[in-house]
Amino acid sequence: MTEITEKNHCIDVISGREGHILQKTGGGETTAMACDADSVAGAVSQRACVFCGARVVIYPIADALHLIHGPIGCSTYTWDIRGSLSSGPELHRFSFSTDLQEQDIIFGGEPKLYRALCELIDKHQPQGAFVYSTCIVGVIGDDLKAVCARVEREKGIRVIPVQSEGFKGNKNAGYKAACQALFELIGSRGEGTVPLSINILGDFNLAGEIWIIREYLEKMGIRVVANISGDSRVAHVARAHTAALNVVQCSGSMMHLARMMKKEYGIPFIRVSYFGSEDMAASLRDIAAFFGDEGVNRKTGQLIKHELDRLLPQLEFYREKLAGKKAAVYVGGAFKAISLIKAFRDIGMQVVVVGSQTGKEQDYEDIKDEADPGTVIIDDANPLELAQLMKNQGVDIFVGGVKERPVAYKLGISFCDHNHERKLPLEGFVGMLNFAKEVYGSIASPVWQWVPRANLADGVERHG
Amino acid sequence: MANSHASTTNPCKMCRPLGACLAFSGVENSMVLLHGSQGCSTYMRRYISGHYNEPVDIASSSLSEQGAIYGGEANLKQGIRNVVAKYSPSVLCVATTCLTETIGDNVKMIIDDLLEEEPGLRDVKIIPVSTPSYSGSHTDGFYDSCVAILDRFARGGEDNGAVNLFPGFLSPADIRYLREVMDDCQVESMILPDCSGTLDAGIGDTFYRIPRGGTRFEDIERAGSSSCSIEFNLAGDANQSSARLLDDRFGVRGYRLPLPIGIRNSDLLFNTLSEVTAGPTPQKYQDERSRLLDAMVDAHKYLFGQRAVIYGDAEFVIAMTSFLVDAGIFPVVCASGGGNARYVAEIETITGSLDTPPAILREADFDDIYDHTLAAGADLLIGNSKGNHIARRINVPLVRVGYPIHDRIGAQRILHTGYRGAMNLLDILTNTIIARKQDDLGYGYSYM
Repeated sequence: MTEITEKNHCIDVISGREGHILQKTGGGETTAMACDADSVAGAVSQRACVFCGARVVIYPIADALHLIHGPIGCSTYTWDIRGSLSSGPELHRFSFSTDLQEQDIIFGGEPKLYRALCELIDKHQPQGAFVYSTCIVGVIGDDLKAVCARVEREKGIRVIPVQSEGFKGNKNAGYKAACQALFELIGSRGEGTVPLSINILGDFNLAGEIWIIREYLEKMGIRVVANISGDSRVAHVARAHTAALNVVQCSGSMMHLARMMKKEYGIPFIRVSYFGSEDMAASLRDIAAFFGDEGVNRKTGQLIKHELDRLLPQLEFYREKLAGKKAAVYVGGAFKAISLIKAFRDIGMQVVVVGSQTGKEQDYEDIKDEADPGTVIIDDANPLELAQLMKNQGVDIFVGGVKERPVAYKLGISFCDHNHERKLPLEGFVGMLNFAKEVYGSIASPVWQWVPRANLADGVERHG
Repeated sequence: MANSHASTTNPCKMCRPLGACLAFSGVENSMVLLHGSQGCSTYMRRYISGHYNEPVDIASSSLSEQGAIYGGEANLKQGIRNVVAKYSPSVLCVATTCLTETIGDNVKMIIDDLLEEEPGLRDVKIIPVSTPSYSGSHTDGFYDSCVAILDRFARGGEDNGAVNLFPGFLSPADIRYLREVMDDCQVESMILPDCSGTLDAGIGDTFYRIPRGGTRFEDIERAGSSSCSIEFNLAGDANQSSARLLDDRFGVRGYRLPLPIGIRNSDLLFNTLSEVTAGPTPQKYQDERSRLLDAMVDAHKYLFGQRAVIYGDAEFVIAMTSFLVDAGIFPVVCASGGGNARYVAEIETITGSLDTPPAILREADFDDIYDHTLAAGADLLIGNSKGNHIARRINVPLVRVGYPIHDRIGAQRILHTGYRGAMNLLDILTNTIIARKQDDLGYGYSYM
């Protein structure tokens, strides 16, 4: 249970954002967190757009053509942006665009889209194609569906429109558009249910993480029908309806798909997290428990014991070094924030600021339950708020993405990259060790002895 | 030759509003608010922050579906109010995006209306810049922004003897160098934009919401009474020339030069400064020049005949090509995601003396660059991080210069310009070639 401090805004916030920040004090009644809303105009939100949400979720499908129908920027800024690895084809690492020009805006972009799709399919022979809509396409009213249907008929591969006009909501709407597009593809191959099988939903194989998880599953005797979408293929997604269970990690992006698959194909789902030893072990146990298979249960128990026996002594060094340090966590998805609170406890640290770009009401309830008293919880933050929180809460390390990194550094605070650019796998038991090394590698650096913990300039300073 | 396909594969350009963000980042105490959907500002922040390793705050009017249908007026007004309340900028650029250009928001009228409602906001210089993302590229947004701010605020007056320098899009290290040059030539100068402090800030005791530094607004206002303008913008359209604007309006004499990359182009700058100041090039720079000559001679045998692919912003490619030709490197592909007929003509002139002229690509994507690189055969690539995947595919080294560089650190400290910059580039290029040869020979020789 949580109580809200007298003033929600323990920091100076933009008007309209007061409800998006609260501090857990322990005991008392609960106040709901304002969240899942459009960002306030003029706030420097860390969020991207609907298109971005859809693009990052689908693009790891490595043998599909991903064509962005819009002006060039949407394509440039998302080219190979998420380090999703593939064990085979790498078509997803190209960035294809219709690069719409003024005349296309005036006369319509459909002819260009048609020609672009045809020439790219002829050249790259993909197994399927996704066509992403951007802001402008929503305004000029190109009929994406019609063009995709025509090319699908002519080229004999699935060509699926992704209705991801940038302005049609926040990143969550993009996730939904992605799920809708993926759902279109599911069901076109295979029948029946593969015994002891799952789909991995919401893992994007950053730094090869999905391979770590698949190895665990293999040792447990569980088969994976489809990864959605890290290291995935069109054909795998197409047969995803033959899995017995959907295992959902990045719940923000994938719950919608899991629900649709439950309704259409009767496939149940469970929510998991592969971050931190506690959540990783619990996730494997939950998967095993679903099947109730004695062999699977036994192998799962052995696997977890083996991994923890190896991991925990190695963590001891970091726990000693890092004990009592404080962390701020600001990530895209709320599920990860919760896991990170626990993961930091594993190395003796305390999370004192925690927030997400796209958390929903229930997510924040879960965060409130998990967080320590005194923790500030924040939704859709911006750099000014994050800088104030880092200072006020006496943070030693900030966990976030590349945009936040220099803010932390300028304040003299260390940093851990937990965003999609990371090069080190942070999932699984081995990922927990990597995470400890990452945190230690920044906090323990001797450079900080030279760097002052900068103060924030008072409110709105004037120059010169 | 220009791209002839309907699709673009791996773009070699960024969108127009990004250029506005880059230009205004070099104006003192300024902010940019992008009038459009939320993603644009986040993507551009990521793209600028990743290159400079600096915090980059760009606001957004965060238009939703309702805004797209009924117009973005309410969001824009609220956005401006919030940015002013939280950042207190002296200058606020409102740059449009494809969305707000297409729905037809009249940004100027909305701003006037807001100032009418809230006279308190009149202290802030709010500058609308039209940057439709479906037209041109980031370089257009950059030049347009410089012109827009001068158009609005430069005033004429009695010749104050100062020199305006419009450097175009260069690194903070370049701008810092050019400032040093102007100071050493004892010229009172105004450099617009000046990102040397804002995008390459140190760490101190205080964290500022808007980084310190940038061109002072008073200096921008005085630009119309300077003696002359020097602008590194050879191929740009006339209406994107800051020097031309000040010449037309206030009779400030303009010199349009190439970016001072390499000995030839640096000579052009120093000769122009000599002319302007009616004095010789300071001894310090004559010494630099003579050391550059020494470095060029030392390096010439390693460089001669090396086949290079160079890509990036049109103005940058023109200047780099000139530098490479003078160093004895053979440019085999010169490519830009932008570029116009003038850009092509300039490169044709620069490479006219070569036995085999390079393929000159404009409006190119990296697919075109790859195809031409394969056809020509190359020993090295010279350009931003975006060419990395080609370098890996054909196994040649990539020398990272220009923008964006998001897979190495120190991009803000790369000095490209002047004799000193030429020495820096020459050493990097030569050592890259030597290292490759040493690696390739297998036995790892110990002496050159």
